[in-house]
Amino acid sequence: MQAAYPLVFAALLFCVGIYGVLSRRNAVLVLMSVELMLASVTINLVTFGAIAADRDQQLTGQVFALFVLAVGAAEVGVGLAIILLLYRNRASVNIDDADLMKY
Amino acid sequence: MSLADLAMLGVAVLGGAAALLVVTARNVVHSALYLVVALLSVAGVFLLLGAEFLAWAQVLVYVGAVVVLLLFGLMLTRAPIGPTAQANELGKALPLAVSGGLFIFLAVVILGSFGDTTLALTPTSTDQLGAVLYIHWAFPFMALGFLLTVSLVGAIIVARREEGEGPDPLAGRVEEPGRTTRPAPVESDTTSDPTPVGF
Repeated sequence: MQAAYPLVFAALLFCVGIYGVLSRRNAVLVLMSVELMLASVTINLVTFGAIAADRDQQLTGQVFALFVLAVGAAEVGVGLAIILLLYRNRASVNIDDADLMKY
Repeated sequence: MSLADLAMLGVAVLGGAAALLVVTARNVVHSALYLVVALLSVAGVFLLLGAEFLAWAQVLVYVGAVVVLLLFGLMLTRAPIGPTAQANELGKALPLAVSGGLFIFLAVVILGSFGDTTLALTPTSTDQLGAVLYIHWAFPFMALGFLLTVSLVGAIIVARREEGEGPDPLAGRVEEPGRTTRPAPVESDTTSDPTPVGF
C-alpha cells in the first residue's frame, strides 16, 4: 500500500478541523473539529509506525495512538463540562460571546 | 494499484467527504452524525493499516462514547436544531485560505517525501499490542488511567450547579453582581424570542 494515502487523508482531516475551529461559532462544533484534528494525529502515528516496518516500532506507534485516543476522550469530557458552564452563565454557546478575558 | 490501495482510497474519500460535511452542515445534529461516519472511516484506515485493536478501540471510544457525549452536549445547551448561521466574526474567507493553504503545503511535502514509500502490511494482533503495552508502557498506561479518572471527576465538579451561581438561561441574559438567588424564569422572554442571542 502506498504510504501517501493515509498521510494525505490525515492532512485533509487536520485542515478540515482547522477550518471548523476557525469558522464555526457553536462551541460544541468547535469541539467536534478538535476531535477531527486528534483523529488525524492518530492516523499519522500509526502510519509512521507502519513505515518503520520493525515490529517494535510499529507497536510503539499504535501505543502512542492509543494514548492520544484516551487523552481525546478525557478532553471531550472536560470540554463539554466547560461548555455547559458557559451556557449556564452566559445563556449562549457562541464562542464569540466568551470574550470576558479578551483584553 | 492493489486491492488495499483501492480500499484505502475509498475509505479516505468517504472520510474526507464526511469531515467536510461536519464543518459545513448547517444543522448541528447533522454535523454530529457526519462525525460518526468520519470517525468510522478513521477506524477503517486503522484496520487497513493492520492495527486491529486500535480500530475497535476507536469504534468503542469515539463512535460509542464521544459522539453520544457530544449529542448530549448539543441537547443540554439547547443548541438550535434548525439551520443556523455559521460564520463567526472571522468570516469564511480567512479560515478557508488558512486551511486550504496548509493542506496544499502538507500535500506537497508528503508527496515529495513519501510519494514512493510503500507499506509492508503486517497485521499486529491484539496480544502483541497488549504485551508491549503492559510490559514496556506499564507506568505511562497507569498514569493514563489516573488522568482519565481525574478528568472525569473534574468534569463533574466543573459542570455541577453551585448554589446561587449564574442566571438561569431561560431568564435571558441577566447579570447582576451580588445576586445570590436565581431569578425566576420569565416566560414572556422565552416565548417572544425563542432563539438565544448570538445565533
